[in-house]
Formats: sequence, C-alpha cells, structure tokens
Amino acid sequence: MTESKPHKRSAALTRRESLALLACAPLMAENRLPIGFVYNGPKNDLGYNQAHVEGKQQLKSLPYVRAFDEANVPETVAVEESMRDMIHQDGARVVFATSYGFLDPFVLRVARESPDVQFFHCGGAYHDGSDPRNVGVYFGFIDEVEYLAGMTAGLMTRTGRMGFVAAKPIPQVLRNINSFMLGARSVNPSATMRVVFTGDWVLPVREAEASSSLADQGADVLTGHTGSPRVIVQIAERRGIFATGYQFNQSVLAPRGFLTGAEWAWGVVYRRYAELIYSRRSVNDGSIPRRMTGTLKDEFCRLSRFGPAVSADRREAIALARQRLLDGSLAVYRGPLRDNMGKTVIPAGKTISIEDPALDSMNWLVEGVQGDVRA
Amino acid sequence: MTAQSAHGARFEAVGIPLAAILGAVALFAAFCALVGASPVGVFASIYKAGFGSWYSWQNSLLRASPLLLCGLATAFPARAGIITVGNEGAFVMGGLAAAAAGLVSAGGPPWWCLLTMAGAGGLAGGAWIACAAALQHYRGVNAVISSLLLNYIGIALLLQLVEGPMHDPESLNFPASYPIPQTHQLGHIPYTRVHYGLVFGVIACLIAWFLLERTVWGMSVKIVGGNERVARLVGLPLGKIVLTAAFLGGACAGLAGMVEVAAIHGRASQAISAGYGYVGILVAFLARQSPLRILVVSLILGAVLASGGILQRDHELPDATITVFEGILAVLASETLSGRFSFLRARPRAEIREMADVKP
Repeated sequence: MTESKPHKRSAALTRRESLALLACAPLMAENRLPIGFVYNGPKNDLGYNQAHVEGKQQLKSLPYVRAFDEANVPETVAVEESMRDMIHQDGARVVFATSYGFLDPFVLRVARESPDVQFFHCGGAYHDGSDPRNVGVYFGFIDEVEYLAGMTAGLMTRTGRMGFVAAKPIPQVLRNINSFMLGARSVNPSATMRVVFTGDWVLPVREAEASSSLADQGADVLTGHTGSPRVIVQIAERRGIFATGYQFNQSVLAPRGFLTGAEWAWGVVYRRYAELIYSRRSVNDGSIPRRMTGTLKDEFCRLSRFGPAVSADRREAIALARQRLLDGSLAVYRGPLRDNMGKTVIPAGKTISIEDPALDSMNWLVEGVQGDVRA
Repeated sequence: MTAQSAHGARFEAVGIPLAAILGAVALFAAFCALVGASPVGVFASIYKAGFGSWYSWQNSLLRASPLLLCGLATAFPARAGIITVGNEGAFVMGGLAAAAAGLVSAGGPPWWCLLTMAGAGGLAGGAWIACAAALQHYRGVNAVISSLLLNYIGIALLLQLVEGPMHDPESLNFPASYPIPQTHQLGHIPYTRVHYGLVFGVIACLIAWFLLERTVWGMSVKIVGGNERVARLVGLPLGKIVLTAAFLGGACAGLAGMVEVAAIHGRASQAISAGYGYVGILVAFLARQSPLRILVVSLILGAVLASGGILQRDHELPDATITVFEGILAVLASETLSGRFSFLRARPRAEIREMADVKP
C-alpha cells in the first residue's frame, strides 16, 4: 500500500494536469488578444476596404490574436455602436477604425468611455491635449509608389495622353495625381494627363462615364483615386487601353491592359501593432507611437505585380527607379516644380520629403495635368 | 363603407404587416441556412443585440430615432395620395440648413441656437418634399420619380456646400462645414446614451396621429388620398391639402437631419447622408402609413439594424445580410399586396365582385 502510494499520487497528478490543461484550453483561447476592425464599405470592393480586410487577415499568422470585423458601417452613430458592441460583447481590447469619417467625434467619444481599450484610426489627425490618450493614428505615404506607377504609364502611353478619375480635390488625392504625373514626366516629358473629379468616393456610374470620356479624348492609360478604381480599370480593359490600379491589386479585372498599381500593405502595419500590444505596450503611455506612418521603404505600400504588357526592359527601368527612391538618390517632389497655372510651387534646389507635413495642405496640380483643383 | 368591410380593412392593415414580417422571417431563415448559418442562432443573436439587455435596447432606440421621423416623411404625403421617396434628400437638406442656421445663431444661447436649427431644418426638408408634391399635383410629374431624383440633387448640394462656401479649412481630407460649438449641441436623455432625437420622433408620431386621425384636416387628407374626384366634388382645397401634407412629411425628415447634425456630427459633412431616409420609406410602408404603427416598426427595424454587427462578427455572415432582410421586408410590405388576399378580408367573395363591377 505504501509502495503504491507514490504511484497513485503520480497518476492523480497526471489527471490533475490533464484537467488543468483541459480547463486552460478555453482560457487560452480567451486570452488571445481580441482586435476589432470597422470598415465603412464592403469587404470585397477590390479597393480601400478590401486592402484593410487583407491586412486584418494577415493577423491569422499570429496565433495569439483573435480578430473580428464589421463592414459597411456608416460614418454616424452606427460606428459608435459597432465599436461599443465589439468592446462589450466581444471583449475587444484594440479597435482599428479604418475610415476617415470614423474619428471625430465617434472614435474620440467611445475612446473616452473605454480608456483601457486602445483605438487606432487610419489617416486622421491627433490633437494633443484635447483628444483622449488611448487613441493613435496611422497612415502611409504612397507618393513614391504612385510615382513608379506613373513612370510605367509614361513608358507605355502611345498617345502621350493619360486620364485620372479622382473623387475629390483634397490634398490626399492631389498628392497622388501629382506624384503619378511627375513619374510619367520623368520618362516622357511631353506626356499630359486630364483629371476628372467625380465628387464622391463611390460613384461607379459617374466613374464609368468619366473613364469613357477620357478614353474618347485619346487617353490610352487610365488610373484613378476613388474608393475603388475597379470601374476605371474595367472600362480601360473594355476599350483596349491600359490601366494602373490603386488601393488594392485590380489585375484580375484587366488581364490584358493592367500595367501595375499602387496598393496598400496594411498587413505589415496591423502585425506590427499586434506584436507591440501583445508585448504589453500601449499608446496611452507612449510606448506605442501616437502616430505611426511609413513609406515604400517601410513596406506600408507596394507596387502591384506588372501586367503582361510591360516589357522586361521597362520593368528593369522601374526597378532601378525604385532602388533610387529607396536609397534616397531620387525624390518625388524635387524643385523646380511649377503648377499647371505656371506658378512655381517648389523652387529649384529644394526637395520636399514625402513625410514633410508641408505636403498635407497641397492645393495645386503639377504642370502637365489638365484640370482644376476647384472643379 | 359597410361595417364588415371596415372591419376587413382594419384586419388587413394589421394582417399584411404581420404576414410580411413573418414571411420575411421565414425567407430570411432559409437564406441564413443557405449561407451556412443556423437560423435559430441568427434570430437569437438579433434578439440579443436588439433587445437582450438595457444596453442593447439603447442601441436599438438610438437607431430607431431617425427612422421615426423619416417614416413620417413618407407617411404624411402618402395619406394625401402622393407617394414620395425623397426622404434622404429632405434629411440632407434639413441637416444642411440646420448646420447653416446653427453657425449663424451660435452666438446666442444654446436653446435659441437649437430652435433656429430645428426651424431651418424643418423648413428646408418641408419645402423639399413640397416641391415634389407640387410638381405632381400641378404639373403631373410623378412624385416617386421626382422625389427620388431630388435625393441626388440634395446630396450633390450638400457636397458642393461643405466643400465650397461652408468648408472649414481645418477639415483637409474630410471636407466638412465649420462645427457647431459643443455647448450648443443636442444632448442625451439623462442616464442613457440616447439623444433627444428619440423624444422628437415620438412626439412627432403622436402629433401626426392626432392630426391625421382626430382633426377635420386629417379627415380631408384621407378624402383627398382616397378619391381625388370625391374631394373635388365636395369642394376641398386639393392643392393646399396635398402641399401641407407633403410639407409636414418633409419637415419631419428635415428635423431628423437637424438631429443628425445637432446631436451626432456637430457639423455638416457627406457623412450625414447615411441612408436613414431610405430605411424610412420601408418603415412607412411596413407601418401602412400609420403614425402609431411607425413607432413600433421603427423600434423593430432599429433592433434589426443594431444586430447587423453581431451577425457579421459572431456568425460570419456577409455584411449585406441585414440589407437582404430589409429587402425581403420591403417587397413583402409593399403596397402591391394590399387588397390581394381575400382571406384577410372578412367579406364574402360576391361582395368583392359586386364592388369591382361598380368601379368605373
């Protein structure tokens, strides 16, 4: 009996161990870091929203993260309620609000109610002093990638005319138009580009009309900056001309005419945030930067894979320019630059880094762009 | 109307919405099963997210409050025989006018600022729908079409103004008007996160019920909506009645727009056009244009909207699921079904045939 005791005890231990393990299993699942995402549009828009969805999906590679999301959330009290539900029903510790209009007042309001939850907003501005400490903002500078896409367009155009369908004449959009044009002119100095502003982010019918009319006017490369340029790319393919994409990879829509595109790589950003938060860092105490931004170098954005129309020597030229942008020997905004009214906007000898806040209030279109910022 | 057929009409008025909701529930359950989610689980979630706790009740009430006013926007003119779907346009115009008025009167005390905002919002929304009604009444332009098109014009005007004359240069990448001071915004009902817009909506529904059901004017609206020729014969001022009804409807949507600006955004931007107006059309038809039923239907739809998130997160249903549910409801609740179900009417078939013969 005395001999069997230790044996018995060890058996009990294993049983206890296995019980403990069993009890732990759901706990371990619960201990995963719950992260919620809210998007303004649909998950499959092949554009802005899908780029964020793809980024969220990359969190699957981190076993300690439990990510969930909600799409088509309007920028009103609905987004407040969605975030509250995520916090109270799903236990979210982190919320990523991916649409511009979510920040003020919605994220700010919910952040004040839930000071132990961290909120990160894509593209907004944080006001020190007045905004809650548990809010951070993140964004990428995609000008260099637009520059490379514009270079591709400049190398491919036969008519020397390109078309850009844009949502609104706001700084974010103007930067993309200008960097695209600067890239195109770097290889094709006489190229011109006509811009059409549709007035809103998702207006497929008007985007289609604008694309068709640009094609009618002789443009043989189309691109754009809207919620998703899917319609623009589709029209280009139907008209037998080229297109470059934006936001997300749209190559499936134009197997023949898709050249390349500027796309977001939010997975990099979301993984970085998840790793930081999992290692107990927080935006509240500043151990996570209040504002996280990145460029091509930081892999916040990337050039879409080239379409079949782009020949090997052109790909090489663009790869070279990419290398020069990365090592700093080439810059997007290098003076002298004039706007399309003839006014000098960047004097000779001056280079503005794409991370310079001076560019955040851009209100001009560079020489070669036909269009009006007031349109 | 015989007592029997009046009873039948009343039965139909309750029966059709009830049948529509039950039918929609059945179809939606089939849809959920098709996409691989348990229908029982989905309905349990809808209940939990809509009414499961005081917390979720507040969510439903918050979402119901613009629907109350937007439902009235279709119901008022519909009572006078004019079907309008211009709620979104009137909502946006109301919000825009309220923001403009609020900015002008922000120097005064908060109550004055809110009063001018409400007045401006109601006037703008009312005038907007009255335009569509006038076009139909005097020029024969179908109000369904004209009010639908007015929605696009309203939204375009909003974008134009918040990016132009009303643009706050601080709002660089998200064009918006200058903000109304925080102190002058519409507050919350104490101990809740529901704003006073809900109170506005409930009061508006009660006033609408009184006006339409308990006054001479309401009776004349009913006559105009029921049979225009009879209304002419008894010498009712048709134009005046139609325009007033349309104005009151539009004013409700405009007031909803004012609440959206004064209680939620604090300024006008493209975000105030969040689609409440379109859901309001559905509310009005489900409620068979009755103000009291709008109270109930808004709450139910508010709960359905509130559950959209949990369906995506817990059941991994597509984000369009709730829209599918609304769509099924809209089809089943539409006016086309009324009078088609003889079994809903407690009336012998012979009488129906007789009545059909009398019709010109």
